Amino acid sequence: MSVSYDDATELVRAYAGVIAEHKDLLTELDSAIGDADHGINMHRGMQAAVAVIDEQGAGGGTPDIGAMFKAIGMKLVSTVGGAGGPLYGTLFLQLGVKSAGKAELEPGDWAEMLAAAVDGVVARGKAELEDKTMIDALAPARDALKAAVDDGASFGDALRRSADAAEAGMKATIPLVARKGRASYLGERSAGHQDPGATSSYLFLKTVADTWGDGTER
Amino acid sequence: MKKLINDPNDVVTESLRGMEAAHPDLITVHYDPHYIARADAPTQGKVALVSGGGSGHEPMHGGFVGKGMLDAACPGQVFTSPTPDQMEAATKAVNGGAGVIHIVKNYTGDVMNFEMAADLCRAEGIDVESVLVDDDVAVQDSLYTAGRRGVGTTVLMEKIAGAAAEDGRELKQVADICRKVNEWGRSMGMALTSCTVPAAGKPTFELGDDEMEIGIGIHGEPGRERMKVKPASEIVEMMASAVVDDIPYNAGDKVLAFVNGMGGTPLIELYLVFEELQKFLGGRGIEVTRNLIGSYITSLEMQGCSITLLKLDDELTQLWDAPVHTPALRRGV
Repeated sequence: MSVSYDDATELVRAYAGVIAEHKDLLTELDSAIGDADHGINMHRGMQAAVAVIDEQGAGGGTPDIGAMFKAIGMKLVSTVGGAGGPLYGTLFLQLGVKSAGKAELEPGDWAEMLAAAVDGVVARGKAELEDKTMIDALAPARDALKAAVDDGASFGDALRRSADAAEAGMKATIPLVARKGRASYLGERSAGHQDPGATSSYLFLKTVADTWGDGTER
Repeated sequence: MKKLINDPNDVVTESLRGMEAAHPDLITVHYDPHYIARADAPTQGKVALVSGGGSGHEPMHGGFVGKGMLDAACPGQVFTSPTPDQMEAATKAVNGGAGVIHIVKNYTGDVMNFEMAADLCRAEGIDVESVLVDDDVAVQDSLYTAGRRGVGTTVLMEKIAGAAAEDGRELKQVADICRKVNEWGRSMGMALTSCTVPAAGKPTFELGDDEMEIGIGIHGEPGRERMKVKPASEIVEMMASAVVDDIPYNAGDKVLAFVNGMGGTPLIELYLVFEELQKFLGGRGIEVTRNLIGSYITSLEMQGCSITLLKLDDELTQLWDAPVHTPALRRGV
């Protein structure tokens, strides 16, 4: 019932793959209400993140999940640009801060890490629920994960419930009028479009569930 | 997509190499990370000005690095904010010990990246003041949005604050001048055509042959309203009244009128727009005492223009008139 260092790096690789696959979709969503660069930027950042893991893997040493996530966060800050850079950079940095020195993660660890990551994103972006941002996917995912872990659900089940909550939150951004980010300039015209940041955040939590949860004996 | 490029991924770097080759007397270009600095940086004892933003708005900001304007500029990817490591490196490179001002256009990404950079620089003991430009009247400023966008006033702020810094004024004084320019400057833009981000390969938005977008942003963000194209006189009246009514500018005020091309509009049209603007302002009793006409804050190859008005007093007029020597703006030297 735990996540190893290799599982953690596998998550980063898998998310890079998912972003590559959804690059055009994210950019398309962003061109409707933003500046048409979210898919391009996230793809550039996650490719750089994979390169960081490749370098670290070659270096060997003591596996430290926290150090790995922190290095990914710093790389995203310096490669993504836009608002996505500081926000996803902060998300991964905070995942790293909470898992510093750990070689394995228990479900409770992941719940704490995700909570810290969401807090970090809120502090950086100053968005609240229903502002039509990443937070609309991340906050429900954090809450569902905590509830599932507290209920004693299996890790796979807890991750699935977290991803499902993120998906519902992402879809719930469609009718919202944006109050943060470039989409807020559109006012009422931002309604009727799914938020690209909430979409990439849902994809992250879905990738976590797919990589660490379903089909894997834990 | 038809563009004079090699590979969409190399556009920013290859263009920087061209700037470096063209202006070795004025600037140095750094590639890891990307920033442009004054050739003679740092200037000891002078407040340094650093700005930056997505590429695709040339000549802003890199073209404004030089004597009497910016000390450094950080170019991001096209229409994407630069990153904190760029801003930190640029800030350190041009810090002459009198503090550094970050001129930040009000976009969520720019604001967050500059905040992170300012935190990093302050942690190393550099005195950093951030000033925001948010002058676009096309978007509502309210608690429920990210606020007005930063557009044309940025160019005027960089020139005027650059002159104040060159004049030997202190960090707080230069920052106050920036804030005064932001308070007294307002802009509005319009587009006749879309633009194509090289990495995206297709137009950012669709606009019919007979349509225009009023209130367009400099990244092709939709504006206030889409409508059928009208004669220039009516377009100028729509934009100028939105600008004038915002502060408002009053009869008897002296202003700098800045007619800016979006990248794909020829000067022949910009001068025509300026004449219409001058007539409109004259009708309101507002006197144009200074002007700037040309493509200075662009949106790639977009056709269209923006109008910026800056209320002038003696201080701002003197600073505007001071010598400047940069790749894109050169006067009095």
